[in-house]
Amino acid sequence: MRKYLSVLLAASVSLGAGSVTAGNAQDVADLKEYFMKKFPGVEIASLKDGAYALDESLYMQFENVEEFPPWEDFAAKGEELYNKPFANGKTFASCFGDDVTKIRAKYPYWNSELKTVVTLEGDINKCRTDNGEKPFKGKRGSLAHVSGYIASQARGQIINVVVPDEPEAIAAYEAGKKFFYAKRGQLNLSCADCHVYQAGMNVRSELLSPTVGHVSHFPVWRRKWELADKKNNDGLGTLHRRYGGCNKQVRARPFKNQGEEYRNLEFFHTSMSNGLEWNGPAYRK
Amino acid sequence: MTKPVQRIASLISALVVSSVILSSTAMAADDAIAQGKKIAVDRKKGNCLGCHAMGDGVMPGNIGPPLIAMKARYPDKAKLRAQIWDATEKNPHTPMPPFGKHGALSDKEIDLITEYVYSL
Repeated sequence: MRKYLSVLLAASVSLGAGSVTAGNAQDVADLKEYFMKKFPGVEIASLKDGAYALDESLYMQFENVEEFPPWEDFAAKGEELYNKPFANGKTFASCFGDDVTKIRAKYPYWNSELKTVVTLEGDINKCRTDNGEKPFKGKRGSLAHVSGYIASQARGQIINVVVPDEPEAIAAYEAGKKFFYAKRGQLNLSCADCHVYQAGMNVRSELLSPTVGHVSHFPVWRRKWELADKKNNDGLGTLHRRYGGCNKQVRARPFKNQGEEYRNLEFFHTSMSNGLEWNGPAYRK
Repeated sequence: MTKPVQRIASLISALVVSSVILSSTAMAADDAIAQGKKIAVDRKKGNCLGCHAMGDGVMPGNIGPPLIAMKARYPDKAKLRAQIWDATEKNPHTPMPPFGKHGALSDKEIDLITEYVYSL
């Protein structure tokens, strides 16, 4: 009897695990189908431009801004930093390889040895500390510049986050998914409340963007951040900066920058745009 | 027996007193509506316009239904107040924040918002 039970248990565990991995592909397909029904006539691929894909006049304004991209000078600063040798004489290329166009689309990924989600920003700083440099601080400035340069070199490549068939990887994906769908904060809002169920609706005059297409353009250039930075007018910020802002907006305490919660969220969240193009950095309000 | 003049005088004074009481009640109600409106439109308080078209508020959101004909929709004012206090009671999936339950607004503030919304 005991033997029978353990066989049954093993079978159910492996079945369970397998079905969750299939679950990622299914989740992506389900969400895309949901938005296709919600926004008839809107190509899913066009959602890489967020809410602008839903409104022609907003899209024209967006195109105008992107003609002379406000983020360009800051991505150029990132390029300088990328090529500037560390004190030991090495550069970022010693960590990332010689082809800068092959970096952005590798992230985020599940590291089976470390059993954790690895992000681009995490590896930029790891490269610095591995080479005896101090990590870049925070969620903007040099970190966003280097990330922005790397993103700019990978525009047009396809987002393809892989959730490997490993229990810990699946658990990280599921944790990110739970984070995304769980209500939080004094305002009791989940990410999904606004960016799945109410996507395409207005909060005051702001059009809510759909989740599919969310992560493609990061690090993002936000007009709001540009205006807030009176000294440098630097509007570039990382995905985790945005996550922190979202959490504050629903009156929840933000989680730690590059901490496990946001890395797992990034893992799930980015995978929801699998099949769309990377097109960062890009302008948003 | 009191004299007719005295009787008329006391009648007049009674009328004056009662009309003062009546008009001050009406004024208090108007005042509550005005105060409630202030809290309702305040972005850091009710921020109702985030999601609802409401009165003369400009550029409202459209996530929630327009706040019109509230007396017809909520014959029982207490039910309207309960909805503002915690909309998740009726629908756990609602995007409407549970303003009272989560302490985003005080009891008094919810009373005042209810007065304003009920007047729409």
